[in-house]
Amino acid sequence: MTTVTTTAPAPGSSAGEQPVLTIDDVHVTFRGEHHGDPGIPAVRGVSLQVAAGEALAVVGESGSGKSATMLAVLGLHGHATVRGSVRFDGRELLGSPESVLRTVRGAGIAMIFQDPMTSLNPVLTVGRQLAMAMHAHQPGLSRQAAQQRAVELLERVAIPQARRRCEAYPHELSGGMRQRVIIAMAIANRPRVLIADEPTTALDVTVQAQIVELLGELRRDEGLALILVTHDLGVVAGAADRVAVMYAGTVVEHGPVDAFFAAPGHPYGRGLLGCLARLDRDAEPVPIGGHPVSPRQLPPGCSFAPRCPLAEPSCDDHPPSLRPWGATVVACDVVTRAAGSSMVAS
Amino acid sequence: MNAAIAPTVEPTAARRTSRSARHRPAWRRGAALAGLVVLGVWIVIALTLPWWSPHGPRDVVGPRLRPPGRHAWMGTDALGRDVLIRTLWGARTSLPVAVIVIAGAVLLGCLIGAVAGAAGGLTDAVLMRLVDITMAFPPVLLAMAITASRGPGIGNALMAMVLVWWPIYARLLRSQIVAVRHREFVESATAVGASPLLTLRRYILPMSFTPVLVNASMDLGQVVMLTAALSFIGLGARPPSPEWGAMITEGATNFYQWWIALCPGLAIVTVVLACNFVGDALRDTFDVRDTFE
Amino acid sequence: MIRYLARRVAVMPLLLLGTASMVFVVSRATSGNPLVSIVGARNLNNPVIVAAAKQRWGLDRSLPVQYGRFMINLLRGDLGTSFSTRRPVLRDLWDRLPATLELTIAALVLGSAVGILLGVLAARHRNRALDHGARAVGLLGSSLPAFWLGMLLLYLLYSRLGWVQGPNRLNARVRPPTRLTGFFTVDSLLHGQWSLLWQACMHLVLPATVLAWGVVGIVSRLVRASLLEELSSEYVRVARAMGLRERTVVATHALRNALLPTITIVAFAFAYLITNAVLVEKVFSWPGVGSYAVEAARQLDYPAVAGVTLLGGLAFLLTNLVSDIAYTMADPRIQLS
Repeated sequence: MTTVTTTAPAPGSSAGEQPVLTIDDVHVTFRGEHHGDPGIPAVRGVSLQVAAGEALAVVGESGSGKSATMLAVLGLHGHATVRGSVRFDGRELLGSPESVLRTVRGAGIAMIFQDPMTSLNPVLTVGRQLAMAMHAHQPGLSRQAAQQRAVELLERVAIPQARRRCEAYPHELSGGMRQRVIIAMAIANRPRVLIADEPTTALDVTVQAQIVELLGELRRDEGLALILVTHDLGVVAGAADRVAVMYAGTVVEHGPVDAFFAAPGHPYGRGLLGCLARLDRDAEPVPIGGHPVSPRQLPPGCSFAPRCPLAEPSCDDHPPSLRPWGATVVACDVVTRAAGSSMVAS
Repeated sequence: MNAAIAPTVEPTAARRTSRSARHRPAWRRGAALAGLVVLGVWIVIALTLPWWSPHGPRDVVGPRLRPPGRHAWMGTDALGRDVLIRTLWGARTSLPVAVIVIAGAVLLGCLIGAVAGAAGGLTDAVLMRLVDITMAFPPVLLAMAITASRGPGIGNALMAMVLVWWPIYARLLRSQIVAVRHREFVESATAVGASPLLTLRRYILPMSFTPVLVNASMDLGQVVMLTAALSFIGLGARPPSPEWGAMITEGATNFYQWWIALCPGLAIVTVVLACNFVGDALRDTFDVRDTFE
Repeated sequence: MIRYLARRVAVMPLLLLGTASMVFVVSRATSGNPLVSIVGARNLNNPVIVAAAKQRWGLDRSLPVQYGRFMINLLRGDLGTSFSTRRPVLRDLWDRLPATLELTIAALVLGSAVGILLGVLAARHRNRALDHGARAVGLLGSSLPAFWLGMLLLYLLYSRLGWVQGPNRLNARVRPPTRLTGFFTVDSLLHGQWSLLWQACMHLVLPATVLAWGVVGIVSRLVRASLLEELSSEYVRVARAMGLRERTVVATHALRNALLPTITIVAFAFAYLITNAVLVEKVFSWPGVGSYAVEAARQLDYPAVAGVTLLGGLAFLLTNLVSDIAYTMADPRIQLS
C-alpha cells in the first residue's frame, strides 16, 4: 500500500453493477471576456459514476464546481468549454450534436434545480408545463392522455387534489409543492438518472426532509440512479450510498457514505464534519479557517493547502491525486502518507 | 452533523454582471463619436455660415426647379434658390430653436419639479396632476393647439414646444428630490441649519445634472423634428425663411421635384441620429440608474 | 386587482376634467384673433358684423362664463361648431375618426408584428450582424421624420414605380363601401367587394408602413431586452434540461413572458402613432382627424382644434387604461393577488 503511485480508481458502485452514467475526467472552463484571458477553470478533471438504483451525493461549497459538472453532463453550458468524457448507457454525450442531447435530456437524464420559485414558468399552468415536458419526448401523446398522466404524476409525488392542481399557476403553490411539481416533470419521461442540484436549499427544514424522502422513494421504486448535489451534509447522511466531496473544481474525497461519516480522510472533509483533528494529537474540533480559493488564482499544488491545518511545504509542489485511504479515496498526500507509514509501523 | 457551508458568489453570476457593465461594443463607441462629430459640424456651419456662404438663403442663383447638378449641387427650388445653401442656412434656425426650447423646458420643468418636490403635500399633488394632464396629450396636438391659439410663427411655435416639453423635466427633478430628501446627508445638512435653498443647490442639483443632461441631449433631436413638423403644417416658420420643415412644405407643393425636400429632410435625420447616439453614449457613460448607488 | 382597476377608473373623470380644462385654457388663451377666421379680415372693421359674430359664438361673454358653457356643452356631448366647416365638431370628428383609426390600427399591428419579429431575432443572435441590423432599422425608424419619409416614398413608389396607390383612401370618384365600421378595408370585405378591398389596401399600405416604422424600434428594443432576460431565467434552463426543443423554449416559454411588458408599451406606441398620424395624414391627403386638425389649426378654428386635442388626450388616457387592464388579465400572477 505504501507504493501506490497511480491514481486509484474511484470506488465503484456496490454489487459491481454496470454504471448507467460515467463522468470521466471532465474539465469545464468558463471562457474569458477577451482574447488572452485563459478563462476560469471551474471543473478540473472530475470523475464520477452512478449505477441504477444507487444514490451518489456530491458535496461542496458554492463555486466548488459541482453544479458546473452536472450542467456539463447535459450539455447545458452556454459560455464554457467542456473537455473529458460523459457516457450515458455506453453512449458518449460530450460533443454529441444538440439533437442527440435533447433526446437524452429529460428522457434519459433529468435534472432539477435549486430554486423551485423560479424553476417554473409563472404564466403557464402546472398541467400545461407537465404536458410540455411529456410532449418533448412523446410527440404523439394525445391531450387527454397527457392530462391523465399529469394527474398520475402529481399523485405520484404526493400532491393532494392532483386534478385540481393541474389547473393551478405556480404562484398558487407553496415552495415544497413547486419542488414536487418539478420532480414530477423530471420523472415524466421515466429517466434513468435524476440529477438533483440543491433540491432542498430553498425550502423550509420540515419540507426539506419530505423532499429528500420522496427522492429516495423514487429511487427505490423506479430504480433511478440519483445524483444529489448539495452543500448540506445532513441531507447526505440519510439519502446517499456514496459521497464525493468537491473542492475548487476537483474531487478531494470519494467513498461509501458510512465510511466517510465514520472517518473522513481529507482535511476538508473533516472540516466539513466539524471534527478536524491533528493526527498526532488528541482531537479538538477546529472549524475551517480562511476563504474558499478563487478559481482564478489557484495555488500550484493542493488547492486546499492555504486553508489546511495539516499543510506541509511539500503540499505546494504538485496537486495531489486520489489514493486509497481505508474504504475511500482521498486526494491528500499528507493523510495518505501518514496512513501508509502507520500501516508499516503496525 | 448539519454542516451547511456559507454560500459564496458563483463565478458565473459575477462574470455576467461585469460583462454587461464594462463592455460596450466598439461600433457603439464609434457611433457616439460620429454623433459628436456630426453635431459639431452642424454647429460650426450654423455659426460661421455668413462668412463663407456663396449665396444668401434668399438669393436666386439660377433657373427654377433645376435638378441637382454642377451649378447647384442639390438643385434649385421653385424660385431658383439653391436648396443645399438654404438647407445649411436652415441650421441657423433649427438648432437655436431646439436649444432654446430645451433650455426653456429644463428651466421651467426643474423649477416646477423642485417646488413640487420641496413643498410636498397639496402643492406637490396639484403640480404633478398638471404634469400628468399635460403629458396625456400627444405633443404635436398640444403644440398645434397652442400655436393655433396664438397664431402661426416660429416664436409662438417655440413657446408652444416649451409648454409641451417641461413636464418630463419636472417629473425627473421631483423624483430626484424625493429620492434624496430622506437620505442621511441631506437630513443632517438640514439639521445643522442649512437653508432649503442651500441644500437644493449643494446636494440635489448636482445629482440631478446627469439625468437631465442625458434626457436633454436625446430630446434635442426630437425638438428639431417637432419644429420641422410644426413648420411643415404651416404653424412654425413661414415659407420664405429657410427652415427645414418649411422647406419640406415647399417640396410638397413641388411634389415631382423630389430634391427640394430631400436635402432638408436629410439634415433633420443627421441631427436626430447624432443626438440619439450622443444621448445613448452619455446614458451608458454616466450609467444614470447607478447615480445613487 | 379589482380594487386597483376600480381606482384607476375612478380617477378617470378627474383626469378628463383636467384634460378638458387644459384644452379650454389652451384654446382660449388666444392672442391671435379668432374673429378673422369667422368673418374674414375685411369685415373686421365693420362693428355690426363683429358684434353679431361675437354674440353668435359666445365670444362676448367673460372667460369664466365661456368656461362654464364649454364644460356644460361637453357634458351634453357638444364640442361646439367648427368656424370653418360650420358643422358640429363632434359630427366632423365622427365622420373622420374611422379613417384615422384604420390607419393607426393598421400601423400598430404592422409595427408590433415586425417589431416583435426583429426583437426575437436580435435576442437570438445577440451581438451578431442580425442584432445590429435590427437595432439600426429601429433607430432609423424613430429618427426619420415621418412626413418627409412619406413624401419621398409616395414619390418613389407611387409616382415613379406605381407599386402602390396614391393619396387618399380610394381612387378619385370611387364610391366607398356602405358604412358599417367606417374602415374601408373591413366594410368592403363584409360586402364582398373584392376589387374595392384591394384598392383600399393599396392606398393604406404606404402610410401605414411609414407610421409603423417608428413603432418597430420601440417594440423591438423592448422585446429584445425582455426576451434576453427571460432566456437567462431559471425556468428556461429547466425547460431545456427537460429536453424541450429550443424553438419551443423560445416560443412557448420565454416569449410569452417577454411579451407581457410589450402590452404596456403599446399605449406609448399608440400616442406616438397619433402624433405622427397628424403629419402623415396631411402628406397622404388622408381624410382623417389628423388632416382635419391641421386644417383647423391653420384657420385658427379653435372649436375644431379643441375638439381634436380633447380627442387626442382622451385616446391616450383610454389606451393607457386598456393596456393596464390587458396586462393584469394576461399575467396570472396579478390576476389573483
